[in-house]
Amino acid sequence: MNNGSKLAMGIAAISLLLVGCGKATSSTSSKSSSSSQALSGKVTAVGSTALQPLAAKAGTNFTTKNSKVTLTVQGGGSGTGLSQVQAGAVSIGDSDIFAEEKDGIKADKLTDHKVAVVGMAPVVNKDTGVKNLKMAQLKQIFTGKITNWKEVGGKDQKIVIVNRAQGSGTRATFENAVLKGATAVKSQEQDSNGAVQKIVSSTPGAISYLAFSYFTNKLQAVSINNITPTDNNVENNKWKIWSYEHMYTKGKPDAATAAFLTYMNSKTVQDSLVKDMGYISIHDMKVAKDAKGVVTQN
Amino acid sequence: MEQTNLQLNKPDSQTNEWDARLHHATRATREDWVGRGISYLCIGAIILVVASMLWFITSKGIATFTQNHVSVLKFLTGTNWAPDTGHIGAAPMIVGSFAVTFAAAIVATPFAIGTAIFMTEISPNRGRKLLQPVIELLVGIPSVVYGFIGLAVVVPFMRHLVGGSGFGIISATFVLFVMVLPTITSMTVDSLRAVPRYYKEASLALGATRWQTISRVILRSATSGILTAVIFGMARAFGEALAVQMVIGNAAVMPKNLISAASTLTSQLTSGIGDTIDGTLPNNALWSLALILLLMSLFFNALVRFIAKRGQLKHER
Repeated sequence: MNNGSKLAMGIAAISLLLVGCGKATSSTSSKSSSSSQALSGKVTAVGSTALQPLAAKAGTNFTTKNSKVTLTVQGGGSGTGLSQVQAGAVSIGDSDIFAEEKDGIKADKLTDHKVAVVGMAPVVNKDTGVKNLKMAQLKQIFTGKITNWKEVGGKDQKIVIVNRAQGSGTRATFENAVLKGATAVKSQEQDSNGAVQKIVSSTPGAISYLAFSYFTNKLQAVSINNITPTDNNVENNKWKIWSYEHMYTKGKPDAATAAFLTYMNSKTVQDSLVKDMGYISIHDMKVAKDAKGVVTQN
Repeated sequence: MEQTNLQLNKPDSQTNEWDARLHHATRATREDWVGRGISYLCIGAIILVVASMLWFITSKGIATFTQNHVSVLKFLTGTNWAPDTGHIGAAPMIVGSFAVTFAAAIVATPFAIGTAIFMTEISPNRGRKLLQPVIELLVGIPSVVYGFIGLAVVVPFMRHLVGGSGFGIISATFVLFVMVLPTITSMTVDSLRAVPRYYKEASLALGATRWQTISRVILRSATSGILTAVIFGMARAFGEALAVQMVIGNAAVMPKNLISAASTLTSQLTSGIGDTIDGTLPNNALWSLALILLLMSLFFNALVRFIAKRGQLKHER
C-alpha cells in the first residue's frame, strides 16, 4: 500500500467521522416499518426540553403507524425552537412560552398549536421545614427581601435561591405568575429541570421551582396560600403557575406535519400519553390563558 | 546519407524511449502529485474552517457593539448581567473566568512540578510504570464526569468544610485543579527530560547535592518549558465549560469571595445559548462572550510562543 492511498483512506475515515457527528445531533430519530397509506415526509421538531420527552414518545408512536414519515425530535431550548421555526429550518418549533413573549420573534407569522399544559411549583429542600408560603412571601424570597427561612416559619437557615437560566421558559412562567414584573435577585442559575431537582434536594436551605413531573420524595413541593400544586387545581386555575406547551409552525404545515399535530391533539395522546408522562391534558382545562396572561373560562 | 540515417535510426528509437521515460511522469511522480494534492486540499480546508470560524465569531461578537450600540467599555466593566432587560455587563463572568483559571493553575503547578521531578529525576522507573498511566487516565476522563464528581463529592464537601451552598469558585478550582494537573505534569516532564544530561553531570561533578542540582540547575534551565506547561493548563481551565458550570453555581454576580456562587464566560454561554433568539441583544451578548474567549485563547497561544522564543535565546547564550 502506498502513501497516496493511505492518505485517501485517512480522508475517507475523517469524512465518515464527520458524517457520524452530523447524525449524532439528532437525539431521537424514529423510522419503522408497517403498512399504511401514502402519508410520507420528514418532520423535525426542535426546542423546549420540557416538551421533548412527550414529543419524542408521541413521535415514536406516530411513526409506528405512519412508516413513511421520518420524525426527529430535538431539544435545544424554547428560544432555539422559536428561532429555528421562524427561520424555516424546522417544521415544528417547541416552546414553553407564547411566541409573543419572546423578543425577536414575529408571532403573527407563526401558528400556535397547544399540545399540553405543565404546572410548576416552588420546591424547597426538605429540612427547611416549610410546606406552605403566601404568594407575597414567595415574591419577597425571590426578590431578595426575605433571606432566612425563620422569617416564613421555617428553620433558622439561610435561603439559597436556585433560579433557572435567564430566558428559560419555565423561569418566564414562574416570574410572570409570582414576581409580576419585579426583578429577581441575582442568584445561582441552572439550565435544566434535572439539575434543579438534584441541587435543591441536596443543598440545605435551597428553593427553586420545577414542573410537577419532576417532583420527588426528596423534595418538598410548596403550597401557595394553602392551595396544593395538583393537576386539578391547575385545570380550574386555582393554581396560577402553569403554562402551555406549544408547537409552533410557520405558514401552512405539510401533510405529515399537520397529521402529527392532529395526532398530538387526539384522544389517544391527550388521555393517556400526556397524563402518563406527567403533563396535563389540554382537553381537561376549564380555563384558557392568552399570551398576555389573561385567563378566561372555557 | 544513407549510412547516417541508418546510424541514427537505431539511436532514434532509443531516444524516443528515453524521451518517453524522461518527459512522462513515472508512477512514483504521479503518486507524489496525488499525495501533494491531497495534503494541500486538507490544509486548504482546515485554513478555510479556521478562518471562517474566526470571521463568524468576530462578526457575531461585535454585533453587540455595532448593532445594539453597547459601548465596549461598558460591556467589559459593567457588573449587571441581565440581557433580557438590556443590561450586559460582562465583568462578573470575566472576573470569574480569570479567578478559577489562576486559582487552578496556582494550586496545580506545585503538584505538577513535584510529580514531574519524581518521574524524571527521583524515580524514573516507578514514575513510568505507575504515574504515567495514572496521568494519561486523568487526561482521558470526559469533563462531564469531572463535573458530576464535582457536584456529587466536591460541592457537599466544601459545604461542610467552609459553609455556604458549596457552589462557588473554590469548588470550581478544585475540579479544574484535577483537570489541568495532567496537562501541566506531562508537559513539565517533557521539558525536564529535555534538559541536557551534561548539565546534571557537571553540577554533580562540582559537588552539588541532588537537591541542589534539581532546584538550581534542572528546574532553572527548564523554566521556559514549565511556564509553557502552566499556560497550556490555564488555557484548558479558561475554556472548560461543562465541569465548571456544574459546580460554580452560575450566578452572574461579581464574586465577593471564594465560596459564593459565581459564573464564568463558558458557563453563561452554555446555559444561555438555548434560550436566546438569533439577532437579538441577549444572543449577540453571548457571542461577545465567545469573542472574549477566542481572544483569550489567541493571547495564551501568543504567550506560549513568546516564552518559547525567550527560552531558546537563553539556551543559545
